[in-house]
Amino acid sequence: MISPLLLSVKLALVTSVLLLALGLPLAWWLAFTRFRLRFLLEAVVALPIVLPPTVLGFYLLLTFGSRGALGAFWVRLTGHTLAFSFEGLVVGSVLYSLPFAVQPFTAALGSVDRKLLTASASLGASAWRTFWRITFPLALPGIITGFALSFAHTLGEFGVVLMLGGNIPGRTQTASIAIYDNVQNLDYATAGRQSLMLLAISFALLVLINALSRRNGWRLR
Amino acid sequence: MSTTEAVLSVKIHLPLQQFPLECRFQAHHEAIVLFGPSGAGKTSVLDCIAGFRWPTRGEIELNGRTLFSSDNGVNVAVRHRRVGYLSQQPALFPHLNVRQNIEYGLLDLSQLERESRVNSALEHFRITSLAASKPAAISGGEQQRVALARTLVCEPELLLLDEPLSALDLTLKSLLLELLFDWQRDRGIPMLYVTHDQQEAYSLSRRVLVMEKGKIVADGEPRAVFSAPFSRERAALSGYENIFEAVIVETHPALGTMTCRVAGTDLMLESPLAHKAAGEAASLALRAGDILVATVRPSGISARNILAGQIEAIEDRAGMVELRVVCGKTTFRVHITRGALQNLELQCAQSVWLIIKTHSIQFLRS
Repeated sequence: MISPLLLSVKLALVTSVLLLALGLPLAWWLAFTRFRLRFLLEAVVALPIVLPPTVLGFYLLLTFGSRGALGAFWVRLTGHTLAFSFEGLVVGSVLYSLPFAVQPFTAALGSVDRKLLTASASLGASAWRTFWRITFPLALPGIITGFALSFAHTLGEFGVVLMLGGNIPGRTQTASIAIYDNVQNLDYATAGRQSLMLLAISFALLVLINALSRRNGWRLR
Repeated sequence: MSTTEAVLSVKIHLPLQQFPLECRFQAHHEAIVLFGPSGAGKTSVLDCIAGFRWPTRGEIELNGRTLFSSDNGVNVAVRHRRVGYLSQQPALFPHLNVRQNIEYGLLDLSQLERESRVNSALEHFRITSLAASKPAAISGGEQQRVALARTLVCEPELLLLDEPLSALDLTLKSLLLELLFDWQRDRGIPMLYVTHDQQEAYSLSRRVLVMEKGKIVADGEPRAVFSAPFSRERAALSGYENIFEAVIVETHPALGTMTCRVAGTDLMLESPLAHKAAGEAASLALRAGDILVATVRPSGISARNILAGQIEAIEDRAGMVELRVVCGKTTFRVHITRGALQNLELQCAQSVWLIIKTHSIQFLRS
């Protein structure tokens, strides 16, 4: 059976990789579009920062349950509900950590000098080539920041997981839930060990990113 | 100008903030200078040709290809236009070294072809030794040479230059112009060069288009274009350092001259005859370099304006010396060489004579 700590790391890794794949195109669009209602989408992306995780978890629970449209579809597809499953946690975490990936991505892509992009186009490069040869490498520090932030944020997730995943050891019991559970059962020794591990991982992650950033001349705020 | 088909044909209508851009011209295998005050719409013309902006109405053709046509709904993407663009900022890719920057536009070529082209460009622009350097590690002049090389290796069918040298000092400027011209002569690429520096316009091209408020107001040889009556903005730009308001006192149609009094003073100037009557106001412009200085009153000289004055200030400028000479209530700016200053042993507060030819005085359009 997978330990709560490993489950947390796995969830954080899957989530931040998915956010890289989904968040980059979204951030690119936000950074370069001239669409007037862009601010509405920006607000939606930022919503998880201010929304209590329990509220987000509550709505996701309704959507993912077997009576929700998405939940019913998932049951037909896989035979089990999206709620109370690892896949459900991934979807919830992607939404919950969305701003922590997309906002740094957008800022990084938007700060690439437009003159370089027009220079690239006038030298005959396609939009695709310009993105991979110019925009992406120049925005890389911000992209790494977004990746690391979404990883760290998912690692510390509590409310959404509790609402959406329940507390099923080996399936949905992440480290933060296990700590809470152990404290409830007055098992302070295990809770302390788990807390220390989470603290160590988070701290090591930030040290690593800041060391990287110092070498590359940028910093994680 | 040859009678063959034009290489570039431009018709643009585009509303700008202050006025509409409304211009049409054709170009052959030649270098054309687009000259005018800042805000006249010069950069917008280049942007439309390069494809960064789209005219609301118009048509742009290059070597028989339609790049833009509002009537036929044609708008070729920037990357397919084969138009090189270089502005004041070199816009080098900071994460790529000089060689990688230059070969950026040559992706479709074989490795061998790419290397040979990049090497010959590095050599031509004398930056071979910088090939492995990042842009941040080289000087502004070197950066601009790299940018020029990067644009030219792609062998564009047209080269657009938007004041590419205005951030550089004089020596670097002339080196770059020389390199650019050698390249242009070998390959015959038509060139559109935006500047508001008249010196550059003279040295660059035999054809100048003058733009004012979105329109082309003059088109021709630099000397002809720059000596026609023109606006106050352009006079200031064109090196007419002295601009005076004056009143016409008397006309002498038989002599082809007029006597003008500089407004508010007793100073009289003899100017070429213009379509104006006595009593009318006029603006006069005079190049600082067209005024002669003498330490004794000259005699037996053809110049009609000989004015007594006193040196108020002597300033050392790049390549010459500027004197400020007060004649009555009027201050003239006069440019002389350093040699002339030493030879005449001119000092502040010294009395001198200014000599101005009648035809050095220009009337400005009111």
